[in-house]
Amino acid sequence: MIGNLPTVLAQGGVDWISFDIGRLVDQFWYNTVNGLAYGSIYSLVAVGYTLVYGVLKLINFAHSEVFIVGAFGAYFTFQFLGYESGGIAQAPLVETIVNLILALAVAMICSGLVALTLERVAYRPLRRKKAPRLVFLITAVGASFAIQQAIMLWRNPNPELAIQLIAPRPLFEVFGVSVTNIQLTVFLAALVLLLIADSFINRTRLGRGIRAVAQDPDTATLMGVNKERVIMLTFIIGGLLAGAAALFYIMQIPQGVVYNGGFLLGIKAFTAAVLGGIGNLRGALLGGFLLGVFENYGQSLLGGQWRDVVAFVVLIVILMFRPTGILGESLGKARV
Amino acid sequence: MSKNGRLRILAVAATASLTLAGCAQGGNEEPAEGGAATNDSAAAAPDAPTDAVLPAGDGTGECEDGVSIAYIGTIAGQNAALGVAILNGVRLAVEEHNEANAGCQVTLKEFDTEGSPDRASGVVTQAINDDSILGVVGLPFSGESDAAGQSFHEAGLVTISPSATDPALSQNGWDTFFRGLGNDAQQGPAAATFIGEDLGAESVCVVNDDSSYGIGLAREVREALGDAVVCTEEVKTNQREFSAVVGTIEASGPDAVFYAGYYTEAAPFAQQLFARGLQTTLVAPDGVRDDQFVQNAVGAAEGVYLTCPCVPADGFGDFFDAFTELAGTEPSTYSAEGYDATTVLLRALDEGLSTREEVLEYVRDYDAPGLTKHFKWDEDGELTDTPVWVYQVEDGEIVRDREIG
Repeated sequence: MIGNLPTVLAQGGVDWISFDIGRLVDQFWYNTVNGLAYGSIYSLVAVGYTLVYGVLKLINFAHSEVFIVGAFGAYFTFQFLGYESGGIAQAPLVETIVNLILALAVAMICSGLVALTLERVAYRPLRRKKAPRLVFLITAVGASFAIQQAIMLWRNPNPELAIQLIAPRPLFEVFGVSVTNIQLTVFLAALVLLLIADSFINRTRLGRGIRAVAQDPDTATLMGVNKERVIMLTFIIGGLLAGAAALFYIMQIPQGVVYNGGFLLGIKAFTAAVLGGIGNLRGALLGGFLLGVFENYGQSLLGGQWRDVVAFVVLIVILMFRPTGILGESLGKARV
Repeated sequence: MSKNGRLRILAVAATASLTLAGCAQGGNEEPAEGGAATNDSAAAAPDAPTDAVLPAGDGTGECEDGVSIAYIGTIAGQNAALGVAILNGVRLAVEEHNEANAGCQVTLKEFDTEGSPDRASGVVTQAINDDSILGVVGLPFSGESDAAGQSFHEAGLVTISPSATDPALSQNGWDTFFRGLGNDAQQGPAAATFIGEDLGAESVCVVNDDSSYGIGLAREVREALGDAVVCTEEVKTNQREFSAVVGTIEASGPDAVFYAGYYTEAAPFAQQLFARGLQTTLVAPDGVRDDQFVQNAVGAAEGVYLTCPCVPADGFGDFFDAFTELAGTEPSTYSAEGYDATTVLLRALDEGLSTREEVLEYVRDYDAPGLTKHFKWDEDGELTDTPVWVYQVEDGEIVRDREIG
């Protein structure tokens, strides 16, 4: 049916949309490779949305700012280490790796701290007062804007001047598509972090606590799980992963350190979380990669101006057939 | 395998993947660009016309107390560097004027639209309600100018835009709209001629952002290039990941790429365009012509051509020095144009005009040379004398290349 669409639309004199199937096919592997590399960032950020939702049934819209604070953290670490903006650094290999790991640590700590503070300052007082769920949601949106504007006043609306530690360079080819060193690093490192997070949730005692609270907070409390501590832990894990995502993001896109740089990315990551099944960690992982890839397919098929539309159309279509997302179940029910 | 063992392997893998990235860092090739033209032929910057009308005038200006003009445009918003370059030109003009004319002290009021069409309407209403404002320099961007034009028209408040280049702006019947430079109907074809003839490009990809400036300019360039256009793409404001668009361009393998948009998106776009070693020449317009682009493109800006209906200010000795002293930076895109636009308004106030109607009438009949060009508008508010220049990024500096239209 899609195959007929171009002719149908052409006959109808429609010129605001066109379907370039040939381009979609030609660019398929190229888009897949790039989509996976960028989607890994969506995945890491999506975990934060999904964990908090699983435990609190709260969509933490301020998570996008948790992410961007991590980007600033990594950026200032680069600056502190003496890297200069505007060019590609020429440091020796080992030094670069050590510095990257250092920046990763700083970014994760920054984001983790912001997530934790957010929980303490914004959400915990509301929980104490047993505020209705809607109030949490509005608070989250408010916190998001407050942090964003604070960063804008502190810095300025221009992106920080780009600092790049590693020059992107093609490493090898998959299906005729060159994969750059940065893409491979980001993809592998993100995958590893996601697997660590997954095994933490599914295999450790603390992870069991998180799942227990997600499944039934009251019973979990009765069974001796400290609910407040679990909530704190959830925010910290989400923050840490967002911080890691932030470093990977500015490795790929060094121009991204700007006050509103997390906004759209956060919404996309949230979309990814819903796509995979919100509340489900593996769903976030899958959703992130799928969204990254589909966004690229959509652009090839329809043209670059449809980039943002594609992400949400994919979401709507999937929710029509699987209202709880692809992997469906919530954090608590996923594995008992 | 124990749990700990598994975690340990994961940790090792994580380190290994970071190492991989490092290994690949070795050779550090600058993205090469194949451009037919060289910069050996850089044209000399024009000197200031000897009869140019300057803000100071003859020092005999007389006007009522408390009259003011306004700068309305981005000061701290997105792409703010473009606005600040203009604002400093305006500030310099007002300062020089007030120093020379004891009998006419004009206040400059600054309004920040953050460059956004959504915010512009509110800010503009605020300015219109301030009765002391008799003329406006602004708005710098086409999108916001489009959003605000009708309000100015209804209020009868004259505006001279030092940088909005969307041709459609003068076709709305707004009798208060005056453009202090050439529009994209001049820049677009001039850029197309430059790409086709000077660069000798036979295939061109035209990319635009989703602003009315980008869309309008890309249309002009496409029409002028005709069959040479092998692919067209659109990107979104605030987009920073361009792999799909770059993929389309790579598949078309064009001799040149024209990017119609602003520097915020152009910098990552340029970097990602050349990251895989694509051999092409990037040409971008005035919205990209800023140091922010050069620095943020991380090396990829080198050799990029920038077209602009702005005149190089290097030759305007006195202006150049005074501006550098006031702003702490050299004049940038549209600094001199902002200075000239302000001069026109200041001349009107020096005449003792004290109503918006009179100032509007004065600007409509204005006919005198400024630093950058001769100022005389037609009934649409367009200038007849509209130079377009092309610049090139060399060793991290934007240097003038030649006049193209």
